[in-house]
Amino acid sequence: MSHSAAPVIDHHYTTTGIDNKKLAIWSLIGSECLFFASLISMYLVYKGRSLVGPLPHAESQCMLDGRMQQCEGIFSIPLVTFGTAVLLFSSFFVVMALYGAQKGKPGMLKAWLSLTVLGGLFFVGMQVYEFSHFRHEGLGYSTNLFASTFYTLTGFHGTHVTVGVIWLGTLLIQAFRGKLTPEKAVNLEIAALYWHFVDVVWIVIFPTVYLLR
Amino acid sequence: MDTHTSAHAEHSHPTPGLYLKIAVVLFVLTALEVLAFEAGRGSFGAQAQSVFEPIVVLLLVVLSGAKFILVAMFYMHLKQDPKLLSNLFIWPLVIAAVIIASLIVLLSYWRVVGGMASPNAALH
Repeated sequence: MSHSAAPVIDHHYTTTGIDNKKLAIWSLIGSECLFFASLISMYLVYKGRSLVGPLPHAESQCMLDGRMQQCEGIFSIPLVTFGTAVLLFSSFFVVMALYGAQKGKPGMLKAWLSLTVLGGLFFVGMQVYEFSHFRHEGLGYSTNLFASTFYTLTGFHGTHVTVGVIWLGTLLIQAFRGKLTPEKAVNLEIAALYWHFVDVVWIVIFPTVYLLR
Repeated sequence: MDTHTSAHAEHSHPTPGLYLKIAVVLFVLTALEVLAFEAGRGSFGAQAQSVFEPIVVLLLVVLSGAKFILVAMFYMHLKQDPKLLSNLFIWPLVIAAVIIASLIVLLSYWRVVGGMASPNAALH
């Protein structure tokens, strides 16, 4: 009878003394570093090699409405800076949510985790708006080398953000059902580690893609 | 017992006050990045442009590097967590940096040596 009353501890420590879930997520993050390194390399190698526009910063000749036209630089730095700030703050929101989960404060957990998911949704929305705007300005996936490398790099990052939003969303549902107890806070901790990784990748992508001329 | 020690170490994470301070610093560093970019392209006048244009790349690398380290150390808890987790992150990062540097050097060399004969010249 005493077995059924024992608390469920959701930690499985390996011989290293580290939770196996944390070890797994850090291994995944390590491999993801190499994945994004190859995409960033590809972007940098082909940077400035497009022969037709639209281009990120400079004016160029581009095909729009079936004829060659003069096009301005396509990036909107203020919009992306705002999206970057929201993503950075969402990292702060998720550590606050984790603090709430570990200390057994459900109100704090739900409020900060909701803000994290909203921040992630805003960033994805910003990227969808940016991509559709670029498409409208004549920048398709195969328009030039800049377009192909830009959409591949930022698109894969956006996919990672979307996966993170879905992951944190499922944990938010668990939190509202009262199932994300302090004993299961490690589940939020590994999701938070993934979320911070997505954030640090953007910390590299933002200056590399948007600010380097 | 070692297991318990490690578990305890994993949970001695920073306080909300420190998390907030880090968030403010990250925001300020992002603002500085954009200001450096704007100064480098002449938004604050020709004098500021002449100062910032040659160093803007270095500034962006330093500022984004500082942000990266802050998030990894404090938000990802590498400062407090076991060293094995840091190694799982740092060594792939080193390999990633070598991949980026090697490809840039290799392709730059190819561009100089190959010139217009490079297969890339035929692309778009």
